Amino acid sequence: MARRVTGPEIERLIQLLARLPGLGPRSARRAALQLVKKRDQLLAPLTDAMRTVHDRVRVCSACGNVDTADPCTVCTDPTRDGSVIVVVEDVADLWALERAGAVNARYHVLGGVLSPLSGIGPDDLDITGLVERASDPAVKEIILAVNATVDGQTTAHYVTDRLEGLGVKVTRLAHGVPVGGELDYLDEGTLTAAIRSRTPF
Amino acid sequence: MEWVSEVLLIGLRPHGETSAVIEVMTPDYGRHLGLVKGARSRRLQPVLQTGNSLLVTWRARLETHLGLFSVELAEARAARLMESASGVFGVQIVAGHLRLLAEREAHPGLYRAAIALLDHLDGLLQSAALIARFELMLLDELGFGLDLTSCAATGRTDDLRFVSPKSARAVCGEAGAPYADRLLGLPAFLLPGGEETPDAADVVAALKLTGFFLDRHVAGPRAIDLPPARSQMLGKLEAEHRQVSSNFT
Repeated sequence: MARRVTGPEIERLIQLLARLPGLGPRSARRAALQLVKKRDQLLAPLTDAMRTVHDRVRVCSACGNVDTADPCTVCTDPTRDGSVIVVVEDVADLWALERAGAVNARYHVLGGVLSPLSGIGPDDLDITGLVERASDPAVKEIILAVNATVDGQTTAHYVTDRLEGLGVKVTRLAHGVPVGGELDYLDEGTLTAAIRSRTPF
Repeated sequence: MEWVSEVLLIGLRPHGETSAVIEVMTPDYGRHLGLVKGARSRRLQPVLQTGNSLLVTWRARLETHLGLFSVELAEARAARLMESASGVFGVQIVAGHLRLLAEREAHPGLYRAAIALLDHLDGLLQSAALIARFELMLLDELGFGLDLTSCAATGRTDDLRFVSPKSARAVCGEAGAPYADRLLGLPAFLLPGGEETPDAADVVAALKLTGFFLDRHVAGPRAIDLPPARSQMLGKLEAEHRQVSSNFT
């Protein structure tokens, strides 16, 4: 058995860091060592920041985004187009779309996708909240920005059914060649989808 | 232990940050699970979509082990299926049904039927009719097949219109008419050699018939629900049927 080189407090820190995505035990050990070495410049502000976020983080009651205010910064932004709602699976997808700056709309986070294998049904997702928001006459378009997976598209079809009759335009993201993608390296499914979704040039 | 086979992907569960345990249907080894390393990489994500056909090599030290799969795309079917409601509902239903089978028990007929079905999911009505036939076959393979060859009461082989929920045998129109409210409808296209093109009402009746027995013999005893996509498809068909009926009146 390997001999312990640090006290239980630092070992606990390493174990907790190792639970984060992208970090294994070795990289968690390096991160912990870096934090301990830069105690005042890094560890103290990080502790404060994490404490503040822990105390103040909220899930937005309107869209499901995470923020320190409810309604969140996106929902209260007056410059956003309130007639368009982009539906995403997860907060990470919302942040990815915001990073791209592709759309200046409001969002709705479903909180996952329908997945019979994982036992996630319609009641586990915030679809009722979306239907309520879409019932607002000011909303004209719903963009379904869910993943291009079978579960994602099943969810998209289910949401479309639930929105039927509300008089909103429902659109979804295109499937096809990614920017910088070389056809030779693309899988056959993506190429087929790209050909089927071709647009006039 | 090692084997190579063309398979149909019917499920995937993430395992750790980069790998996944996939569930495949094979012609010779039945429903089989195995680990795929790097399954969540950009290269493998489009390949490992439910409904795709893969060429896999399974390796394990002992037969009882989970084993490792190395995978290659054989037919990219998922992208086409994702484009339509009938496609996504169909693939979810078929995959959900195949996941009910016992592990490593060969069902070559069901494998071939599933592939044929997924290649012909076109339009809600036709897809639902194919699924009803597939469910009938599934019940048969699981040992709960319906006897639709002759009437349970009179022995007649024609005019079969109902199925008894008790005996799972067909009942002819004449014998079943007084008990019609207690019997399940049997649309003609489900009968052996039934070539008739079904309408929405027939397909709804067929799905209700197979759903009743699947629920009673397969899902109920395991305390699970039938795939939710099935009720979505049934709901859409019933709406279509109501629409057609109201147009006539």
